[in-house]
Amino acid sequence: MGETQASEYRGDIHRQQRDLMLRWYQRLEESAHGGPPAVSLMISGNCVELLEAFGAVPLYPEVNALQLAIRHQSLDPILAAEELGYAADNCAYVKADIGALVKGITPTGTELPVPKLVLCNFVGCNTYVKWFEHAAEFQNAPLAMLDVPFLRTAEPRAEDVAYIVCQLKEIVKQLEELTGRRFDYDRFREAVRCSARVEEAWSRIKHLARRTPTPFDAYFDAITLMGPLYVYRGSPEGVEFFELALRELQEKAERGEGIYDQERFRVVMEGPPPYPFFRTFRDMFAAWKATAVASTYSTVGGLWEFGFRHDPDHPFESLAMHMLAHNVTNRNYLQRYDQIRRYVEEWDADAVVIHFVKSCRLFSAGQGDMRGYFTQQLGVPTLYVESDLEDPRYFSEAQIRNRMDAFFEALEHARSTGTLHRGVAAIRHAPGGEIAPAASDRLKILQ
Amino acid sequence: MPAATESLVERCREIVEDLSLGEVRRWKEAHPGARAIGYFPVYAPVELIHAAGMLPVGLNGAGDRLDLQYADARFGSFICSIVKTTLEMGLTGLLDPLDGMLFSGICDSARNLAFVFERNLPGKYVDFLHLPQNPSSAASTEFLKGEYRRMGDALEKLGGRKLDDDALRASIAVYNENRKLLRDLYGLRAASPHQVRTSDIYLLQRAGNFLPVETHNELLREGLGSLADGEAKPRDSVRIVIEGAFCEQPPLDLIRLIEDAGCYVLDDDFLLGRRWFTGDVPAYGDPLESLASCYLNHSVYSSVRHDFRNRRHKLLVEKTQRLGAQAVLFLIAKFCEPAYFDYVLFKRELEAAAIPHLLLEFEEKAFTFDRLRTEVETFVESLLFD
Repeated sequence: MGETQASEYRGDIHRQQRDLMLRWYQRLEESAHGGPPAVSLMISGNCVELLEAFGAVPLYPEVNALQLAIRHQSLDPILAAEELGYAADNCAYVKADIGALVKGITPTGTELPVPKLVLCNFVGCNTYVKWFEHAAEFQNAPLAMLDVPFLRTAEPRAEDVAYIVCQLKEIVKQLEELTGRRFDYDRFREAVRCSARVEEAWSRIKHLARRTPTPFDAYFDAITLMGPLYVYRGSPEGVEFFELALRELQEKAERGEGIYDQERFRVVMEGPPPYPFFRTFRDMFAAWKATAVASTYSTVGGLWEFGFRHDPDHPFESLAMHMLAHNVTNRNYLQRYDQIRRYVEEWDADAVVIHFVKSCRLFSAGQGDMRGYFTQQLGVPTLYVESDLEDPRYFSEAQIRNRMDAFFEALEHARSTGTLHRGVAAIRHAPGGEIAPAASDRLKILQ
Repeated sequence: MPAATESLVERCREIVEDLSLGEVRRWKEAHPGARAIGYFPVYAPVELIHAAGMLPVGLNGAGDRLDLQYADARFGSFICSIVKTTLEMGLTGLLDPLDGMLFSGICDSARNLAFVFERNLPGKYVDFLHLPQNPSSAASTEFLKGEYRRMGDALEKLGGRKLDDDALRASIAVYNENRKLLRDLYGLRAASPHQVRTSDIYLLQRAGNFLPVETHNELLREGLGSLADGEAKPRDSVRIVIEGAFCEQPPLDLIRLIEDAGCYVLDDDFLLGRRWFTGDVPAYGDPLESLASCYLNHSVYSSVRHDFRNRRHKLLVEKTQRLGAQAVLFLIAKFCEPAYFDYVLFKRELEAAAIPHLLLEFEEKAFTFDRLRTEVETFVESLLFD
């Protein structure tokens, strides 16, 4: 095992990211004192553009929950929630959020508002529905459902889009009543236009990771950029931030700078990170100079690196398409296999790392099968480790480190014997020698 | 128990416990070329399958009768048993008589199962229905009709037979009859719980998962007749409602244990999809409209269907009071996230209404229940003697 290297890059974007997120918490505090209305939203395929049209500020319980975890403050609220009757097996994100509500804990110590509307954008995750139902109950706030049909066909159906557009317009009416503000259609289109620009910059950033060495880590560093991506996507601040981030990382790429003096392994990450041990987990990769060149977790809010952009000429329809088909949570499980496979091929990866998260069955249920697909069918080395994204009680540092070290040692050995292949070649070397069909090909044939 | 009831219940038990789907195989032999379609809990629009000339087969896991060889590795820790046993049945050939499988988005694990199924069992028709979670939208009915039409088209393609409206209306009528008989059976038990054993009506009901609905209707009529004739003396028992076992099913011995420990079960949510509607679905007019509109507006409450107009924790309290039950017994499958979430709000509401409750966790594959027996007995005693 090599020495642990400093893996973190600290540029202007990190300072700006911190400022933006603090400003968001300030706006939420202003909202609690009669400022702009706040509306709760879920991250997955969120429709933050709609809120911009009301000058409303999004309240993301997931961001609060992960902020608590990364600051090592999640256990107290989790225990408080368990006292209310939540089970050991309930999602710990929900428990941390509800526990924090009940105990009056906030991640930065600033006050959080009671939302004008708890808007459950049900994009893939069933747990969201329960979460928002409970959040509304414990805050005594109005609750609305935006039901997004799961992507069960290769492409969304016209009926799916029509159903969502109708609901979006119903929510617009409801928000007009609840906030006492008129829906500003021009501002809505402008927000959609900002989103398209942010998505373009974000997508180009993601594509920078196709270079060797990658100038940033598309899992750990991507997470740093994800806060502004959800909070500010539909605003000029978002555009400014992401265009700056693109410039900064592009310059770094042009200088040929990677994360380490020498990048040794390129991996694709599947699953959310263990936020309570974020640093520790990152260091385990740094010890092997292994970088993530792509990750599924960074596509929860939206999947743009394959080309989708919001469209200001069809704002409602493009919101619908985004929620239906262009985020990892609403795409079906085999489409996720295909997404990871594309990352291995097009982002030139050596291996896949699956982080099984106890809390999140959306991500985790069936990851054993996923591992089978990559190792047995495609011949791509795959590591599988288990912990949790929020609950510190489910992180076994020694066990994960052992598995990680054994895995990278094996990769190193494979490289020395010429049997470790990268990118498209990694898949061509499937045990049977044949190129395996994509997991979802059959699905397409059926339709 | 009258001998007639006993032999009927015994026949049902054999049907239910036959993991090789003997009834389905026999039906297919008797109907050469006809298809059978399995469906994962909780609800499926079985009328469409029936009207396409196919046999709908309800799957509720494999209980303790199947060792897991393959499914554990595919699904890993913290995932409920029914997801694994259903996949195991597929991987070990027990589901071979089925030509297709239907799933819906009841929870995140079941949803991923649909696609793991799809990959591991090539050649089967596997479909995933999105049943709307926002019944208050003006577009929900139209959307659901479209979803049923999509599924109907797939069935037509699979069976090579046109699905027409007359056939669908006839199927609705015959399933209305089935649901009415089940409501009668539940009504009989609620009125005379000393006379009707929950474990018996459970088996009568679950046998319907594997039988043509017409045969099941006859069986239920027979069962209702013989149960109504029974004579039994009331015992000192606590009147309860069972909540939480809508998907993975508790072992039969656990249901018996609950009764033997002194509970009269006035209502339960076992096999909930079989009794999904609160009344008849109109068997006239546009049949897809009827099915869709009833799903959205006349379904029973359930942990897997969200209707923010009618909150289920209020409905549980209302039902408990209406039936004159003294307590609620939560029977929750291990790792069942929807049931565990709902428990929190149910509990709050029950406590506000001063209704006692007990939570028991089970696994379909469990076979010893000493600890659970003690818990139920203690709970019953506390209610009887307080």
